[in-house]
Order: sequence, then structure tokens, then C-alpha cells
Amino acid sequence: MAAQDLSVFVRHRDDGVASMELAVDGIRCAGCMQAIEGGLSREPAILGARVNLALKRVSVEWREALLRPEAVVDKLAALGFKAYPFVPERQADGAASEERRLLRALGVAGFAAMNIMLLSVAVWAGNSGDIDPTTRDFFHWLSALIALPTAAYAGRPFFESALRALKAGAVNMDVPITIGVVLALAMSVAETWSHGRHAYFDGVVMLLFFLLIGRYLDQLMRRRTRDLAGNLAALKAETATKLAADGSWVVTPIAAIAPGDRVLVRPGERVSVDGIVETGRSELDQSLVTGETAPAAIGLGGRVHAGTLNLTGPLTVRVEAAGEGTLLDEIDRLMDQAVGNRSRYVRLSDRAARLYAPVVHTLAAATFLGWLAFGLSWPEALMIAVTVLIITCPCALGLAIPAVQVVAASALFRRKIMLKEGDALERLAEADVAVFDKTGTLTLPEPEILNPEALPPEWRSEVGALAAASRHPLAQALARALGGAPCGGDIHEERGQGLSTGQGEDERRLGSVTFCGAEAEAAAVAAAHPGASLIAYRHGSRRTVLALGQALRPEARETVAALRRAGLAVTILSGDRLEAVAPIAAELGVAELHAGLLPGEKLALLERMAAQGRKVLMVGDGLNDAPALAGAHVSISPVSATHLAQAAADIVFLGDSLAPVQAALAIARKARRLMLQNLYFAVLYNAVAVPLAIAGLATPLVAAAAMSGSSLVVTLNALRARASGPEQEARS
Amino acid sequence: MNIIVILFPLALGLGLVGLGAFFWCMRSGQFVDLEGAAWRILQDDDAGGPSLSDER
Repeated sequence: MAAQDLSVFVRHRDDGVASMELAVDGIRCAGCMQAIEGGLSREPAILGARVNLALKRVSVEWREALLRPEAVVDKLAALGFKAYPFVPERQADGAASEERRLLRALGVAGFAAMNIMLLSVAVWAGNSGDIDPTTRDFFHWLSALIALPTAAYAGRPFFESALRALKAGAVNMDVPITIGVVLALAMSVAETWSHGRHAYFDGVVMLLFFLLIGRYLDQLMRRRTRDLAGNLAALKAETATKLAADGSWVVTPIAAIAPGDRVLVRPGERVSVDGIVETGRSELDQSLVTGETAPAAIGLGGRVHAGTLNLTGPLTVRVEAAGEGTLLDEIDRLMDQAVGNRSRYVRLSDRAARLYAPVVHTLAAATFLGWLAFGLSWPEALMIAVTVLIITCPCALGLAIPAVQVVAASALFRRKIMLKEGDALERLAEADVAVFDKTGTLTLPEPEILNPEALPPEWRSEVGALAAASRHPLAQALARALGGAPCGGDIHEERGQGLSTGQGEDERRLGSVTFCGAEAEAAAVAAAHPGASLIAYRHGSRRTVLALGQALRPEARETVAALRRAGLAVTILSGDRLEAVAPIAAELGVAELHAGLLPGEKLALLERMAAQGRKVLMVGDGLNDAPALAGAHVSISPVSATHLAQAAADIVFLGDSLAPVQAALAIARKARRLMLQNLYFAVLYNAVAVPLAIAGLATPLVAAAAMSGSSLVVTLNALRARASGPEQEARS
Repeated sequence: MNIIVILFPLALGLGLVGLGAFFWCMRSGQFVDLEGAAWRILQDDDAGGPSLSDER
């Protein structure tokens, strides 16, 4: 076996210290964290190990001269954790610094809000008592001293965004916020100057504080989904056997393979790169890529795609970045088309913002003009109009959706479901049709024994041992299913036929039906399991025939039934032949199915559904599903999916079971319900507060109480997305 | 009321110390892993080496 080489993942420091980031499978609790950190630090060459429990990652530092990076992975494996190194892409983009900037602004706004409130409470108490006007002015000036620099610093994210929008000729949520903040500050300074009773410094800073919380949560959500997507790529841990410069074969992570490299693909291995065959000929199982389960022959100059399974002979492949005039090219073209055609989904928050800005501005203007007409002087009328702007400022609106998203995303994460897009939750909640791909999505990607009753228990180990001696994928699947270790002894393999061992009455044969002379048994098994691959076994004169095929994913039936109960129509779209799809559909009770579809036809079918006004949830994993995944209203992929499919999906789930699809739907619906509740609450709050403000009755005290009260209610309501029904709890 | 002239800068100063502490925490990466920190406090670092039997 060629050596593993992980050196691409290692970062080097000048003083001989190397470090590496690893995504770790199975960190669940503090015990795991302690076991990893304690276990690694017992190794003298390792200087430090730190677990990030939120992201399920470990960063390790060690003395470069004393340890190879592979030893770190082995050490973790010895502790019972599978670790997958990856290159953190964090520094590359500005999202992390944007998050830090928001957090700093949040800290400043929080500090200022607290200190101004200290002064404001005194003024409110004094206003109803007998405060000395000089003291009040002093307090107001102190508030201004804190509030003005704070607004200039902490308000920048909003001011900049509003300016950007205005330059582009658009209006976003930040425009009314900016106008409100600037007007309120200017008015408060003027009021302080003229020894007035009310100043809104506290309201402005508190507003910024609450809005920044919402903004920060939104950013956190985005970064977290991206980090988890990074983990996913690492967890797939794809490697290729690369021809090194010195002529030896080295097992290398995919991240370190460059176009032009030569890669060896043994029979029974999954191809992990796209490229051209240089030497060898073989048959390929392309089911993960095209959905077609029948093998296809390939030879010199043929093109292979990542995700296909090499069946019979070793191949040397020259890696290519992108093909031309190939399947991949066609898929790429369809992807562009799908993304272009996707009717732009408008997020709930944007829809609310679109309504919000004109309504509030009209209200404020009407208030100003109304009071002017009523005979008030213009500074007083302006003051009341600005109060309307402050009171309606969207604190609760800004928190309503990000808070729910963050809580729901962590609820999903605990069920091993990863969100890749923040608004996927809203879209998933709206879905009314669930479209499944068959191969690899409804069924497991690896073949299983479909008729275990045909194999007597006493034969299990000997069949397993015989099967383990072959590299043929069917034999390997059989060996995996039976848990056989390769036995020694004298085993002959006849290419394309099967394996035999022993002599005369004790001869054992495993292989094709004709090789074992089991045609009679095979006919019955083939009738019971159409579309399955048959493998026969003969021991002396006794024979049996096993059907190997794609078994349904665990809980596939329950999931389809649950989706139906939730009101979704269920459809199967497959690239495979009808004979292979029909039994699966019958087993799941799905009546509507389309077989033998090309990628473009899948996309066209989805577009037809969308044109009928249906919101499609696409669940798929193959390369051929990628355009459909990109074109659907919302899409889900299993983690075993091909790269392109996973990149196109909004949500990715881990594990074999299909149950996460149903769990994700339940959580998404709940989250959407809570978001709507929050928005309705914000409307209700305004319905009460705005008339008060228009009447000129809203003092700074009322504004502060209303703002903090509504934000608190919305946040508490969002926390309910964490609790889930007993049904989902039992599954997790 | 002259006491305010002393008390207010004092209050503000304390607030600024808190803000400074917050910035320092941010810089030293204490907000990177919020879940882990909650558990870390329960670890018995001083009671000998961590044992694998703690792992469930």
C-alpha cells in the first residue's frame, strides 16, 4: 500500500513548529473534547491541541522535526476519533473581519447604551419630580458626549450600507434606519441646546445596539454555514493514488492533486478525479454520475468522471480540470441555465423591508404636515415626526428573522443536517412537492445483499472469505456485507468468471451464474429481484444465488410517508431504466415516477412544475442531478453526493438514513412559523406604539421601554425553535 | 450635587474598563468557540491527567 501524504495541509512556522486543522467526526460532548486534548498532549512532540466544539474541529501544533502529520491523524484514530485534515480558508475572505467589526461595534454600542441609560433614568425620574434644569442640561450634554461618537462608530455598518444602496438607486432597510438615527441625534442636540425636557440619545444608541445584535447573528449564521461546508469537504476525505516525481505511488488528498498529474485507479475503487484514461481498460459503474446502473466499458483516451466506480481493470488517468464537449460540460451549461431561470426568491426579511420603508416615511411625513396644519410650530412638529421614526425603527424586525435562523440552524446541526444557505429554511418550509432521485438518494450508494435468506448461516464466513480475495466490486460488497477476512489457501481467480478453491467434492466456487452452473436457481432470484446483479456460490453440489443490488436507505419508507402526511406530493425522477426504478417506487408506494431521464430532462420537468406554481423540494446526489438541485426551489443532498451536486444543494445531511429530510422539513416549518409570528408581533407593536407617537405622547421613556420590550419578546420567541416535538427528538 | 462630577467619570471609567476587557477577550479568541467554553469550565484539569473513561 502506498504511503499517505498529508503535507499539503501543514502550515509551518519559522521556529520549527508545524500546525494543522482537522475536522473530527464524532465530537459530541465535553468528554470527547477532554479525551482528544488530553490524549494528544500526552504525546511529547505535540505542543498543543485545542478543540473547537462548535465547529467540531481540532487545531494541533507540534515540533516539526519529531512528528509527521500522518502520526497526528493516527494518534487521533487511536483515541477513537476519525480526523480529516483540511486547509482553513478563513483568512482568504473578508467575512471574518466583517464579523469582528460588527462585534466591536456591538460592544461599543452596548457600553454606550448602558452608560447613557444611567443618565436617562435620572432625567426621567427628575422630569416627573423637580429636577434642576441645569442638572438636566448637564446630563443631556454628557449623553450627547457619549452618543455622538458611538453613533459615528457603531452606526457605520448601517450608514455604509444605506449609502451603497442609494448610490445604486435602491432603498434598503438601512436607509430609514440611517435617516432615523441622524435626524434623532440632530433633534436631540437642538433640544439640549434650547434646554428642552426630552432628548433621544438613549433611544438612538439602544436602537443601534439591538440592530447590531440582529446584524451580528445574521453574519454568524453565514460564517457558520460556510465553515460547516468546509468541514463537509474534509469529511469526505477523498484521496487519489498519485504518481510521484520519483516514480512511486503516493496516496494524496484530492486537495493536492493538480491538473496534469497521473492517478492510478484500481479495480473496485471509486474514481476521485475527472480526467482521460492513459493506460488500461475496464468497465465503469457510472450510477452515481448518470443514475444508470448498467456498467459501461472504457479504454484508452476515454473520459472518466469523479464519482464513478472502476469495476474490472486498473486504469491510469491523467487529471484534467475541466472537460470540453463532455457530460461535465453539458452539466455545467445546464447549471448556468438553472441558476439563471431560478425565480429569484425574496427573503421574508426583504419583503418586510420593502413594505416597511415607504409606510414609515409616509407616516412620519404625514405626522409632520398634520401637526403643522394643526398649528404647531415647525420645530415641535418635526420633533413629533422624528419620534415616529424612532418608535417605528425596526429593532424587532431586525432581530425577528436572524434570531430564529440561528436557533433553527443549530437545532438542525444537532441532527447532523447542515444548512448551506440562510434562507433555505424559509424556502424549505414552503415546499409542496418532494422530488427524489433514485440511485444513491432513495437507495444506498453501495450494493447490498437483497435476499439474505438464500445464504445459510453456516456459509456466511466461507463465502465472505472467498469474496474478500477478489477486487471485483460485487465480491467486495459481498465481503463487506458478510464481514469476511481474506483466507489464505489456494484461490484461483478466473477473470470475468469468478473464484474457486479446493478440489472435487470440496470445491467451492463464487462467481457468475454460469461459472457455478446455477442457472435454475438464478431464474427464480432474477424474477424476484429485477435489476439486481446476481452472484452465485457453489460448494460441492449445493448451490445458491445471491441478488446484490441497491438497498433502500434506512427509513426511506417512513420518510416518504411522513412527507405525504406533511402534505407534500412525492415524485421520483431517475436517470436509470424503468425496470430498475419501478420496484423501488412500488416499495415506497410512489405512483408518479419518471425513468431514463437525461440531466436536461430532469431540469425541464422541474421547471414545468415550477411554472405550474409548485414549490419543488429536490433531493438528489448524482452529477446528473446537479442542474435539477440548482434549479429547484430548495434542494437537499446526502453527504455521499458528488461534489457538484453538493455544491448546488442548499442543505446537506450526514449518515445513511433518509430521515433527516423529514426532520429538516419539520424544523424549517416551525422556524418559518416563528419568523411570521415575530413579524406579526412587530406589526402589532407598531400598531400600538405609532398612534402614541403620532399623538405626540411618546416620551424617551416610552420609546426605550417599547424598543427593549419588543426585542426581548422576539428573541424569546425565537428560542422556541430549539425545542422540538417528541417525534423528531426520538429520531435524533 | 457636586458628587456627580466625581461619580459620573467614575461610572464611565468603569464602563470603559469593561469595554476594554471585551476587546481584549475578542482579540484573544474567546468568542471563537462558545459551546466548548461552557464545558471546559467543568474539566478537572488539576485532578491528574484526563482519563479516557470520561468519554461516553
